[in-house]
Amino acid sequence: MTQWAPILTDEQRQAILQWKGDTVVLEVEAGHVKRFAEAIGDANPLYSDEVKARQSRYGGIIAPPTFLRAAGSTIPVVAALAGFDQILDAGSEWEYRETVRVGDVITSAMGVKSVATRRLAIGPSVFVVFEATYRNQFGQVVALQRSTLIRYRGAG
Amino acid sequence: MAATLYWDDVKEGQDLPPLVKKPTTQQLVKYAGASGDFYPIHYDKDFALANKLPGVILHGALKNAFLGQLVTDWIGEHGTLSKLSVQYRGMDVPGDTITGKGRVTKRYIQEGKHYVDCEIWLENGKGEKTTPGSATVILPSRSGE
Amino acid sequence: MTTVDATAALEEIKKLVGMESASASYLIEKGHVRRFAEAIGDPSPLFSDEVKAGQSRYGGIIAPPTFLRNCPSGPFPQPIRSPFTRALDGGSDWEYFEPVRPGDTITTVQKFSGVEARQSRLGTMMIMSRETRYTNQFGQLVAVQRSHGISY
Repeated sequence: MTQWAPILTDEQRQAILQWKGDTVVLEVEAGHVKRFAEAIGDANPLYSDEVKARQSRYGGIIAPPTFLRAAGSTIPVVAALAGFDQILDAGSEWEYRETVRVGDVITSAMGVKSVATRRLAIGPSVFVVFEATYRNQFGQVVALQRSTLIRYRGAG
Repeated sequence: MAATLYWDDVKEGQDLPPLVKKPTTQQLVKYAGASGDFYPIHYDKDFALANKLPGVILHGALKNAFLGQLVTDWIGEHGTLSKLSVQYRGMDVPGDTITGKGRVTKRYIQEGKHYVDCEIWLENGKGEKTTPGSATVILPSRSGE
Repeated sequence: MTTVDATAALEEIKKLVGMESASASYLIEKGHVRRFAEAIGDPSPLFSDEVKAGQSRYGGIIAPPTFLRNCPSGPFPQPIRSPFTRALDGGSDWEYFEPVRPGDTITTVQKFSGVEARQSRLGTMMIMSRETRYTNQFGQLVAVQRSHGISY
């Protein structure tokens, strides 16, 4: 073999960059926040104790910082990445702008910020940076999340 | 709730109080249910082994949540988390003891707000940093500005 | 396997029959009902689709029949201690009177209704029966669950 074929064609790269996820709507419920806080093992009363949370500066129950994952944690299905079925979550960057409270209706929209390819020990890999924008029912951006997923081909 | 942490009392180089976690497979199942992340490498050992993993591994997002708690426990009710970053460099497995640690890297005022930057990370039971990250918080100041 | 004096333990537990638990209350949330229906793999729109459920005879979303398992009672004044450590669920009989809807507050009380010992393939087994009553915010009895726990 004289030369390796590129990991992605230009068409594939463009298709990935233009990918938009479905809008996901999450109504923030007290029980869900409580179970999420319990699942991450965080006993902070701001997430579960109505009385203490009311007496706090927030005036009521709020959600833990990474709770918004529950509004967008489905693995993005990007047609142009077919074949790159193995997934590694490489990390996230969160920017928080507004408090998320019980009763809020959060809408999240996801797009692709950048695409890069690399040849790693696990094989030809595609690094995709997804950006999710979370808005509340007042149209305020509550948080931005940029997450990097590494997609590669499985052994099978 | 803990006493208020003021920006004035924070020093660059200061350590954050560590957070110790002992995740179990049960916690991974709870997290899957609460977050909606049902990728089978987090609960199906056979699937995880077939994917060349050592067994089921922690959700990256659960480790992100541990780092969130490390910071929010430290800043308390009157601090505000502004930025949180995490990089999953190494895998963590249930049964291990995971410790969240952090250190203040910078303290500054910008547009009248009192900011603190921290480097934060998770260590596994062998003391290896599997999950580095960073955080930016806004704290109240004693001058009340 | 160590031998356990099941007869003496049985006599002790029998004294607790009739005991009532403390109550516990739960606000029923739409998202929880939807996730529970998803978890049991039941795609009925009655549990998740506001439009379709609104057009149904219920006029809105309702919870699946066994959703009430998410609403356990409060603790008993005295713990019921089986001499055995292994446990199995022996089954439940449910009786339903009213639908459970998101927005309802369900209050649960349990009664320790009986105990018996039986010999089985697994050795001596103790079967403990409980009656759980679920009431909504209007004071209506919503359901009764009679359940049987096996320890061996």
